[in-house]
Amino acid sequence: MHEYSIVGALVERVAEEAARRRATAIMNVRVRIGELAGVDPALLATAWDAFRAAGPCADASLEIVAVGATWECPRCGDAIARGALLRCARCDEPARLVCGDEIILERIEMEI
Amino acid sequence: MCEDCGCGDTKLVPVDVHARILEGNDRVARHNREHFEEAGVLAVNLMGSPGSGKTALLEAMMRHAGGRTLRVGAVSGDLATERDADRLRDAGIPSRAITTGNACHLDAEMVHEALHHIAWRELDAFFIENVGNLVCPAVYDLGQDANVVALSVTEGEDKPLKYPTMFRKANLVVVTKIDLLPALPDFDFDALRDALARVMPKPAMVRVSARSGEGMDEWMRWLDARRPRGRDR
Repeated sequence: MHEYSIVGALVERVAEEAARRRATAIMNVRVRIGELAGVDPALLATAWDAFRAAGPCADASLEIVAVGATWECPRCGDAIARGALLRCARCDEPARLVCGDEIILERIEMEI
Repeated sequence: MCEDCGCGDTKLVPVDVHARILEGNDRVARHNREHFEEAGVLAVNLMGSPGSGKTALLEAMMRHAGGRTLRVGAVSGDLATERDADRLRDAGIPSRAITTGNACHLDAEMVHEALHHIAWRELDAFFIENVGNLVCPAVYDLGQDANVVALSVTEGEDKPLKYPTMFRKANLVVVTKIDLLPALPDFDFDALRDALARVMPKPAMVRVSARSGEGMDEWMRWLDARRPRGRDR
């Protein structure tokens, strides 16, 4: 359940951004979570609800954008199919992860 | 406050941040990494399920002749006890326990704090034995040079497919307890190799038995090849 420690870091960062802009309220927080990030979106949402209660994010909703894992060949750029061997059939190069490992705070909607 | 007409209403403003949520941890991890690189110490994040044989791998390495040629030290993370650190010290590995309480993983700050209590600069290889868990430890950068995942033959060949986050980050999978294979006639190394190739871009594995010492040479060779060069002491 490291989702709690991730929410802890998230709330701290959101509060910093809000304080810097003298926000009066935080309404929405949008995060991007990759399929291979090791973070469970449902657990993250639960942790958010538990954690935000008393803090500056008390009224803020959490929007989780799930990002699927995408692999490609670093040489020819061909996409590697889901579940396939992570090596380009043509170039014999190890695949590169294009996206899917992100744990990103993307956007905050605040009242100023 | 609304500045257009002075009505006193608040405005809803979207602020794009686009920052890694764990950047605080990443900052400390970078700091740890700089320390390790500057001192020429190979730092290994050793992960795996509870009971996969992480501590036994390090113990066996010391029993094996090759292990004595490397100066190794360790920190070991555990929820509640210091048993692993005690075992490692008994095996001749200077080590320190990090008791995490309820935390399911080590973070960079815990490792940094532990470094203050161990003479790690004198070492060739420093092992960070993570909390037994196939999910959470993969999320936190600790400043290591290499990720090693211990996977015992009793866990089954399909573990990599079930825990792709962990295995994607592995530089090496150490298949442990191979002395048990006679009791596991269905264990299929080809199936394991295939599973790893679907989650690890550069799949690599060694097979070891901590009990018999089989495979320890290969494990030691892998570590040695990974050691920072240019500072042979």
